[in-house]
Amino acid sequence: MNLQTDPSKGDTPDGGQILDTDTDSIVVRFAGDSGDGVQLLGGQFAQATAVDHNSLATFPDFPAEIRAPIGTTYGVSAFQIKFGSRMIKTSGDSPDVLVALNPAALKVNYKDVRVGGLIVLDAGSFTERNLKKAGFEVDPRGDGTLGEYRTLEIDISALTLEATKPFDVTQKEALRGKNMWTLGLIYWMYDRTTAATEKFVAGKFGADSPVAQANIAALKAGHAYGETAEVSGDIQQTRVSDVEFPAGEYRLVTGAEALSWGLVAGCRLAGLDMTFCSYPITPSSPILHILSKLKNFGVTTFQAEDEIAAACSAIGASYAGNMGITASSGPGIALKTEAIGLAISTELPLVIVNTQRAGPSTGLPTKTEQSDLFLTVWGRNGDAPMVVLSAQSPADCFEVGIEAVRLATKYMTPVFLLSDGYIANAAEPWLIPSMSDYEPFPVSFRSETEGFQPFSRDDETLARPWVKPGTPGLTHRIGGIEKADGSGNISYDPENHQRMTDLRTAKIDGIAKDIPKQAVELGNEGGKLVVVGWGSTFGPINRAVANMLDAGLDVAHIHIRNLWPLPQNLIELLGSYEKVLVAEMNNGQMLTFLRSQTRQDIDGHLKVTGQPLTIREVQDAIRARVQN
Amino acid sequence: MNVQVEPAKLKAKDFASDQEVRWCPGCGDYAILKAVQVALANMGAQPDNTVFVSGIGCAARFPYYMATYGFHTIHGRAPAVASGVKIANPDLDVWVVSGDGDSLSIGGNHLLHILRRNVDVQFLLFNNEIYGLTKGQYSPTSGLGQKSPSTPQGSIDAPVDACTFALGCNARFVARGIDIQAKELGHVFTRARDHKGASFVEIIQNCIVFNDDAFAHFTEKSIAKNSQIIVKHGEKLIYGAASDKGIRVKPGAFELEAVTIGENGITEDDILVHDETNRVLAGLLVAMKPPEMPVALGVIYCDPATPYEQAVKAQVEASVAANGVGDLDVLLRKGSTWTVS
Repeated sequence: MNLQTDPSKGDTPDGGQILDTDTDSIVVRFAGDSGDGVQLLGGQFAQATAVDHNSLATFPDFPAEIRAPIGTTYGVSAFQIKFGSRMIKTSGDSPDVLVALNPAALKVNYKDVRVGGLIVLDAGSFTERNLKKAGFEVDPRGDGTLGEYRTLEIDISALTLEATKPFDVTQKEALRGKNMWTLGLIYWMYDRTTAATEKFVAGKFGADSPVAQANIAALKAGHAYGETAEVSGDIQQTRVSDVEFPAGEYRLVTGAEALSWGLVAGCRLAGLDMTFCSYPITPSSPILHILSKLKNFGVTTFQAEDEIAAACSAIGASYAGNMGITASSGPGIALKTEAIGLAISTELPLVIVNTQRAGPSTGLPTKTEQSDLFLTVWGRNGDAPMVVLSAQSPADCFEVGIEAVRLATKYMTPVFLLSDGYIANAAEPWLIPSMSDYEPFPVSFRSETEGFQPFSRDDETLARPWVKPGTPGLTHRIGGIEKADGSGNISYDPENHQRMTDLRTAKIDGIAKDIPKQAVELGNEGGKLVVVGWGSTFGPINRAVANMLDAGLDVAHIHIRNLWPLPQNLIELLGSYEKVLVAEMNNGQMLTFLRSQTRQDIDGHLKVTGQPLTIREVQDAIRARVQN
Repeated sequence: MNVQVEPAKLKAKDFASDQEVRWCPGCGDYAILKAVQVALANMGAQPDNTVFVSGIGCAARFPYYMATYGFHTIHGRAPAVASGVKIANPDLDVWVVSGDGDSLSIGGNHLLHILRRNVDVQFLLFNNEIYGLTKGQYSPTSGLGQKSPSTPQGSIDAPVDACTFALGCNARFVARGIDIQAKELGHVFTRARDHKGASFVEIIQNCIVFNDDAFAHFTEKSIAKNSQIIVKHGEKLIYGAASDKGIRVKPGAFELEAVTIGENGITEDDILVHDETNRVLAGLLVAMKPPEMPVALGVIYCDPATPYEQAVKAQVEASVAANGVGDLDVLLRKGSTWTVS
């Protein structure tokens, strides 16, 4: 389903030389003020790139402030895209091209550009005032700051104003077309047409509106600027050849979209309506927005008064016979903790999506991290085991969404589904699946009154019966107080508490038999070194391991999707390697977690900068541990 | 959801579960439990279609004693769980049972929102002005100066009045009763269940162990009739052992006063008629405190509006009517796609 996870095609670089980064690919970063329309620019470029049959991955990186003061570094918004003629697995380490729409955008981003890379600047924005706001004491264009890079200065502001002059728009409205002018130029650089974006702009503002006409004029002017060679050899038009994608219908999909649709698909396969209860929080809110538009898909959305109410109302919905789902990010998940314990104790299905962000506390709301592993696997009062799954890429969210609903309903348990800020916002091409490819897993509610006990158990799954209130003859009471095995009546009996704790544990442990065995993504089973990852680090780890394998190193890649229960063969599999390296975007949570499961010596490559892992740093970590 | 074929008339005991009731002997909760069971039987309620949801506290054990569906949840969150139940299945008859700590302290936020959203549940708040289950600490309804294990020098927290809070949350139904007044409670429960939308009922409840006689100043038999007024829509606000006392608007002021008919030239014509749809009057009535004024009991405010879950359902139905039942294969292909052959 997910191209990014399919290493079978086109991702092996030529020859055996050591590559620091991809070759058949280009990384472009657009950066500007948060009001400059950079995300829209990036989204349009990604769409055009996908339609042109390039593989791609994107990384929108924006500030927590909605509109920080104009021209300041903390108001800089960026959108990075990597595209190429082979399968793209990350949004790229270092930009080959940076487009900076003001001095602040240059200040924040230029150091990331690869040496020799191209920086396109809007010269018109390099006023003394803007330079000062960005914190440049001297104009960086003249003092050697940018000496390692090629620069192309274009007065985009003036050219945009010029292009939009014939239309009845204010100067402010005209200047907003800067992103369109830039997009036009970049389209020319990569041999793409402007038609789709013209259609998009006309649709957004109305074809006859002056704003639409001005934007389209700016777009065409940018494209024409490249065409008419006004750029004097500084840049050349590049044609990135097509990737040989497997046949089928494709679209771009973000993690938030794929996750929302996956949950809907899971409910369809289970034969349940969904009650989605959530409280707004960055970066999880898009799921609420998407699902609230899908009411004709058996979806009801409820914006609760707080995170606790969101979890509790989802539990109430599951109790009433719907699939109760809630979603949040770190701080919100912490608030839901007690309610999740209630779902564990009353053994009700529940899916909790955690779009992780950098913490602790408020942390960095718009920056990515995977530091809620402890919180989700271990972070509850009492012995409270539950299922924890993680998605590895935007498109993969669809599959994990379905799996979360399947496990929650089959085993009458809450399930954590871990995504993160990177996956949620990033987009990638997706071979659109057909629903008929999926095996339904319909839920059967208990209606038989004979011999009914609310806490009797299925022999195989150990799940208790799910009874909808309203079912004749099956009235019963459940709650968070310890229940007598079988009857569910309140019980303070010591032996019973031991038994119930053991049963709850055994039920979750048993799920290990119902999930795929741990596979080795790349490399051999057994050897000198395995790099272990989970969640959104799949891309950089996979590419780094592929490159190192090509360089002749004995290294393998294991990616853990089922964080709890772990796949049955995982620990034994890890034992077949001399060294185990965990690479993750936290301070060692998977590392500590795996150490708790095995006596094997494991070490880690750990990073918490709010930015995704890079291919290069993972390669360096591999090289530091194995040689040819 | 639930097909009921000519349900047999049930008795109060048919609503009692087989679980031994474990409140302290003499607790007011026993009387409330009995009154609820009697009222449900009288109303022809069906156990299979009835759900009791509670939080944490003495009152919150209530669902275990009812032969209905029941969910004993976590502290303060019963309104949130009940909202989820009602959104998922609007056909269920949902009751929330809570205490003053559960719903006005830890769960105050959720009480606010279930009331202002107008989710169709009956919300019973057992107010004993004390934390019982944790052994006697003062609660958000305890009076100033209340001594307790956590306030050895007396409480310095200004208390909240439950019904005033409910009105402030835009509750569309506010009533008050007393644990030992079974008949009046039954009437209030019936009205609450008939009301479509959130029905808030404060029940004055005596905690015999930690706060005994907290309400004696208006429930003590010898003074009760002169210290309470049972309000009835469309009837004059008259009370007292001799039915000679009444409530009127104080001349020259925007406040109520208690008067005696036949004294100082006051006649029955001076006495206010209760209008349960008048929110301003309701606000004045719930705030009345003895000894100057009687405590208002009965249905103080009732002015129905569309219940939340009905509005939710209407939006879902409108979406289906406008777009048809959603097809996922179509959804996944909506927008810009491309084909590789």
